[in-house]
Amino acid sequence: MLNDTVLKASDLNKSFSGIVAAKDINVSINQGEIVGIIGANGAGKTVFVNMITGYLKPTSGKIEFLGEDITGIEPRNATHIGLCRSFQISQVFMTMSVKQNLMIAMSLSKKSGKALLDPIADEEISKECDKILELYKIMDQSNNIVSTLSQGIRKLLDIAMAVVGNPKVILLDEPTSGVSVEEKFGIMDIVIAALKQTETSVLFVEHDMEIVERYVDRVIAFYQGEIICDAPPKVALSDKKVIEYVLGH
Amino acid sequence: MQFWATVLLDGLTYASYLFIVSLGLTIIFGVMKILNVAHGSFYAWGAYTAAFAIGFITDNELSEALFLPAILISAILVGVVLGYVIERFILRKMYNQDIHLIVLATFGVFLIFEDLIIITFGVDPYLPYQPAMMLGWVDIVGLNRGVYQLTLILLASIVAFACWYGLTKTKWGKLLQSVIYDREISVAMGIDVTKVYVVTFIGGAILGALGGAYVAPTTSVSPGFAIDLVVLSFAVVVIGGMGSIPGALIGSLIVGILRAFAVHQAPILELFVVFAVMAIVLIIRPEGLFAPPKPRKI
Amino acid sequence: MFTGIFKDTSVRILITFMIVLCVLSSLVLPDWMQNNFMYGLSRGLAILGLMLLWRTNLVSFGHALYYGFGAYAVALCQKYFGITDILLRFAIAVIAAGLLGFCLGFILRKYREIFFAMLSLAFSMVLYGLLAKAEFLGSTDGMSISPSTLLGMELTRQYLFYLITFFVICAAISIQAYLRSTLGHLTTAIQDNEIRVEYLGYSVQKAIHIKYVMSACLAGGAGGLMAASLGQVDPDSMVNWNVSGELVFITIMSGWGNILAPFIGAIIFEFIRTYAFEWAPQAWAAIVGGTLLAIIFFFPGGIWSVIEKVFNYGKKKNVK
Ligand SMILES: Nc1ncnc2c1ncn2[C@@H]1O[C@H](COP(=O)(O)OP(=O)(O)OP(=O)(O)O)[C@@H](O)[C@H]1O
Ligand SMILES: [Mg+2]
Repeated sequence: MLNDTVLKASDLNKSFSGIVAAKDINVSINQGEIVGIIGANGAGKTVFVNMITGYLKPTSGKIEFLGEDITGIEPRNATHIGLCRSFQISQVFMTMSVKQNLMIAMSLSKKSGKALLDPIADEEISKECDKILELYKIMDQSNNIVSTLSQGIRKLLDIAMAVVGNPKVILLDEPTSGVSVEEKFGIMDIVIAALKQTETSVLFVEHDMEIVERYVDRVIAFYQGEIICDAPPKVALSDKKVIEYVLGH
Repeated sequence: MQFWATVLLDGLTYASYLFIVSLGLTIIFGVMKILNVAHGSFYAWGAYTAAFAIGFITDNELSEALFLPAILISAILVGVVLGYVIERFILRKMYNQDIHLIVLATFGVFLIFEDLIIITFGVDPYLPYQPAMMLGWVDIVGLNRGVYQLTLILLASIVAFACWYGLTKTKWGKLLQSVIYDREISVAMGIDVTKVYVVTFIGGAILGALGGAYVAPTTSVSPGFAIDLVVLSFAVVVIGGMGSIPGALIGSLIVGILRAFAVHQAPILELFVVFAVMAIVLIIRPEGLFAPPKPRKI
Repeated sequence: MFTGIFKDTSVRILITFMIVLCVLSSLVLPDWMQNNFMYGLSRGLAILGLMLLWRTNLVSFGHALYYGFGAYAVALCQKYFGITDILLRFAIAVIAAGLLGFCLGFILRKYREIFFAMLSLAFSMVLYGLLAKAEFLGSTDGMSISPSTLLGMELTRQYLFYLITFFVICAAISIQAYLRSTLGHLTTAIQDNEIRVEYLGYSVQKAIHIKYVMSACLAGGAGGLMAASLGQVDPDSMVNWNVSGELVFITIMSGWGNILAPFIGAIIFEFIRTYAFEWAPQAWAAIVGGTLLAIIFFFPGGIWSVIEKVFNYGKKKNVK
């Protein structure tokens, strides 16, 4: 099982009026794999995540998911086929409570067509939401309005909203940025444990090398839109180029 | 040939005063991000004040040479007083509010000033035709037109030139442009935005009032005559691109000439044509023809 | 969709309110008051539609387009097909406006903020420009509408009132059912964060389009009923931009906390207007403008938030 390719990007290029943000990117991800994406600011990590999930269309290249060409897919369709993401700046519904956020996410993933006109307050969905809230240890915040909560909780909620549809592959863009040092490991423990249960492949962008070393099977290092290293963490983090261009010493 | 000359000449005249009014509107939008319905009030008050002043001059048999200064002073007076009052007591309390609420607030102000006009000037129309009489008529390419109307084109050209010069050649203009381009950075650079706003708003108000004051001698100034102009200048500004000064120029020309064409060819379509063009422009280029560049924010 | 809708508090309050109105109108109300209620309820439908859009932070400065379209649809169907049945009239107005909204929705759903407002305005002024000059539609004089009938029988003013109340109840209940649904919850969600909604798997544009058509239908229905109860349609009081402005004005005056709010707001507006014309006919515009400013500055939640406060105040007292 572990060697089935779920996601494959070949020769991806992206430029914004002259600025090259992605150059000849080739990656393939296997089921259940946990991959860390590293790189300095502006290296093109978010652009990579955006292209995979359809927020940006690559200038050229091809993206395959479960053997199907999904280049230039609409974000909502990426979600439908099981390719989900979280955001560097958490994208949640600020004026609603944590539970409401999750209820909307859950209803949209469970229902379609006319069923969307049924009341959102649904026993079954509510219960499932509670399960996720438990899993992500934010049950006690359930009724609080998101705008009043800390970055850490927003990040967790952001991730929780991405996983409700049981994705095959999830891309987390800096899940621990803006989170206090004490909270960081706690969050990653929760998230990775939850995603391992469902054999979801995880790609996460991270600046903290301690976290990378601790959780990932494999590291992909970006520099100026190019992949300069793709190897297991031990190898990658001692690679000369990575040390020079990513770690910066 | 004759037909096209008529359309062109009438269109140009009409475009001229649309331009003066819309320029004020678009500058206010560009700098303050406020779509100012109360701009119609400046226009109406400018017209009434000028009409009143002209009436005063003729009634007291003062020199005809006073007409032009009277018109200009009316415009400045109305612009400064109304502009300051509205900015200081309404808009300043609303910056950072939802853009729709601000539009509605200016709509409220507009309605109030409409009634204040009736209270101040009464319901009877004013016909301050004397300045137009004074200048007489001429024949151009076989068309008989009032000289006064033609001076509108001159006035618009002067305003356009002054505006271009002010914005690109003076320190103040450059300041203004930087605020138009990116308000947050301007604040960070230490520009006193409140001051810029007051001056801009008063400047825009003077232009609005000038349009009204200068047009007054060519028409009957009566209650509610600003209403159509409000939406027409909206159309001009939207077509040109909200906040764009060359846009206001092109937008006025388009609307002015289209209207003149419709009036002479198919009067039924007069309003229809203008707004159809506005809709089409919005559909094809939502930002308008000449939208100022937006800074990219990451 | 409608399961358990009658257990909903808002729906119960709405129905109670409407029944009380009906009883009052049949027993004690003088004619002019009854007319005010009738106009208020009819126009309230359009306000309900604007409220829906407002919840997604979309403000249409041209909703008179649908209001007028519904009204003229009724007028035309009378002129060419002799339709005077009130049920048909209402249906025609709703469907005509809905179809127009459906078509324009494909364009408008891409627009937000001031661009949405301006494009709506442009569309409505296009219609105004046509109606004001079209001879066969009566130009600026408009057309007159004969009294409504119901299934071939003549309809008294009183029964027209009951029927309008009935239409209002049906419409408001449907809207409440929509608002409590998943799709309805996307309303606020889209205002909060469009990107997230897309990534949750639903098309933001589609959600907006659906809502837009609903609000067009409501405005059309309002126009149709208004035409039937006024007995007259004309471009200046049905389609011009100040009519749209008035509708938006009533919307923010009403507040958007509840489905009943638009109707209360619209009724109060009718009464303000009646009294204003009696006591200070010159100052109508100033009254509207002043109220608008007062609401924006002092009661940003509109009348409904005041009602809510009074109500909650009473509640808290009881607890003590
Ligand atoms: N929408 C866009 N338009 C133009 N340029 C863009 C856009 N998005 C990203 N870029 C450019 O692409 C490059 C890569 O940006 P990206 O956001 O992927 O960096 P990153 O690796 O995620 O950095 P960080 O660690 O700061 O998040 C940058 O130079 C950025 O300026
Ligand atoms: Mg990034």
